[in-house]
Amino acid sequence: MYEGIVQDLIDELGRLPGVGPKSAQRIAFHLLAADPADVKRLADVLVEVKQKVRFCQTCGNVAEDDQCRICRDPGRDPTVLCVVEESKDVVAVERTREFRGRYHVLGGAISPIEGIGPDDLRIRELMQRLADGTVTEAILATDPNLEGEATATYLTRLLKPMGLRITRLASGLPVGGDLEYADEVTLGRAFEGRRAVDD
Amino acid sequence: MYATHLSLHDFRSYAGAEIELEPGITVFVGPNGHGKTNLVEAIDYVATLGSHRVASDTPLVRQGAGRAVVRVEAVRDERRALAEIEINPGGANRARLNKSPLRRTREILGLVRTVLFSPEDLALVKGDPAGRRRFLDDMLVARAPRYAGVRQDYDRVLKQRNTLLKTAGAARKAGEGSGGLRTLEVWDDHLARTGAELLAARLELVNTLRPHVAKAYERVAKPHAGNPREPGAAQIAYQSSFELPEEPGDREVLTAALLAEVAARRDDELARGVSLVGPHRDDLVLSLGPLPAKGYASHGEAWSLALALRLACFDLMRAEGDDPVLILDDVFAELDVDRRARLAESVAGAEQVLVTAAVPADVPEVLAGARFDVANGEVRRVLRP
Ligand SMILES: Nc1ncnc2c1ncn2[C@@H]1O[C@H](COP(=O)(O)OP(=O)(O)OP(=O)(O)O)[C@@H](O)[C@H]1O
Ligand SMILES: [Mg+2]
Ligand SMILES: [Zn+2]
Repeated sequence: MYEGIVQDLIDELGRLPGVGPKSAQRIAFHLLAADPADVKRLADVLVEVKQKVRFCQTCGNVAEDDQCRICRDPGRDPTVLCVVEESKDVVAVERTREFRGRYHVLGGAISPIEGIGPDDLRIRELMQRLADGTVTEAILATDPNLEGEATATYLTRLLKPMGLRITRLASGLPVGGDLEYADEVTLGRAFEGRRAVDD
Repeated sequence: MYATHLSLHDFRSYAGAEIELEPGITVFVGPNGHGKTNLVEAIDYVATLGSHRVASDTPLVRQGAGRAVVRVEAVRDERRALAEIEINPGGANRARLNKSPLRRTREILGLVRTVLFSPEDLALVKGDPAGRRRFLDDMLVARAPRYAGVRQDYDRVLKQRNTLLKTAGAARKAGEGSGGLRTLEVWDDHLARTGAELLAARLELVNTLRPHVAKAYERVAKPHAGNPREPGAAQIAYQSSFELPEEPGDREVLTAALLAEVAARRDDELARGVSLVGPHRDDLVLSLGPLPAKGYASHGEAWSLALALRLACFDLMRAEGDDPVLILDDVFAELDVDRRARLAESVAGAEQVLVTAAVPADVPEVLAGARFDVANGEVRRVLRP
């Protein structure tokens, strides 16, 4: 244990995802040794990001306004909707340059172990978006792991009766993985080769 | 295939060890507790990503060290490959193939293949169904590594589904809404699909293995001077947690049957908060002649049957084109002279056999080969005159 504020810093850092106690300690001492101006910049960005960044009211993506850049862009095809788990998946799909439609960010995947059910995801918002019939195809681009598949199955059952075309990314994505970590070529191909879901 | 080099860092009792191996027979000899089993356990770990002695990875890392590294260089069809596993009990394990990191540890499976005989095998006959399910699933993975994924997926589905059954069951008891029930059907789907894949593979395996087990048992238990009685025939049969359809080989049919059974057991499952149907509830029934082995077989018969199960795996892999590394860990001390001789004869022709023994005299003459002395953490090759 370190004295007061140093330990507070280590504790706070240790709360971040993927940062264990050892890394937290390493980062803390890195910051203590760093140039004060650098640390100030980091602190400012942290505060600013919390003030400025919100979630898009339409799609749930991170945004600096009520609406994100993609939802505001009139050039994007409003008839195709790509449903993903997280904002970072939007970034991954955008990198492929294969997709010109719009997005819907669920905010996670169904996982009873983590206490996440359909009501904890932005599924009600999704249904509202689909209600007016503009969207004719929904691409279910949840992660290619069990929870992502389960979420896609759930959505398929829910959306099928609405009569729109429902597709799932073509296999070839590393199973058990995160969409975010699929390389651009693989993910791009998965978009091109997407298949209609038939049950 | 055979291993040409084993390298250990902070694995079990070894801070470091480098051992050159050859095809053919190698015997590790040394006093109890000096680290013989630790050596072969390391090779088996690279082959199966598990230990035959412990379920958790923690005991595999040397006391006081944070992680262990095991490297095995193996030759198959004259091609050399280096498999490396880093065991991190606190975090994720890592694997490297020919020094390049693999995305997932389990991609290393299939590179080194082993069949391991050990005193623990007696539990295959006398112990719980879980051990026999593990026996079948390990063999599935050894034959086709992709089943490691199927098995992992199935375990994960079960965990998710059981959690949901518990919360939904509790909510129902409390007279609350049926929010959880809406997603339960999704997990039914996944349980049926993944479960059917695992189940179909196990059924196929049991059918393929059956004649090999019968033959191996005949070999190990055949009448001899000390016991002239004809042994009963060894039989294996798969016992499913529900009535299998007429054509269980058809995956679609099997999935539908599982799904129907799950639906039929809904109330029961919600009341008890666990999944009651699926391959996790199944068993492999072993019998000798007309009698089940469990509860009826004598100690010697049980041993012969356990050996026959392992031998059958070896015979099957060999028949399918690639000898696994055969590991005989401490087994001779447990067997009478006749069984020792039969086992030794059965395996002497394998491409590579690794034997551990505390008493060298326990190892039958046919298995004389290269010899290492293991004592006080040192592994030394003994050169014979
Ligand atoms: N994680 C560990 N750290 C340090 N030592 C360990 C660890 N795990 C096991 N050991 C030691 O290794 C020894 C056991 O080694 P091993 O099981 O290989 O013995 P063996 O030579 O096969 O003995 P036997 O002839 O009785 O089968 C024990 O003395 C045990 O204390
Ligand atoms: Mg031993
Ligand atoms: Zn948006």
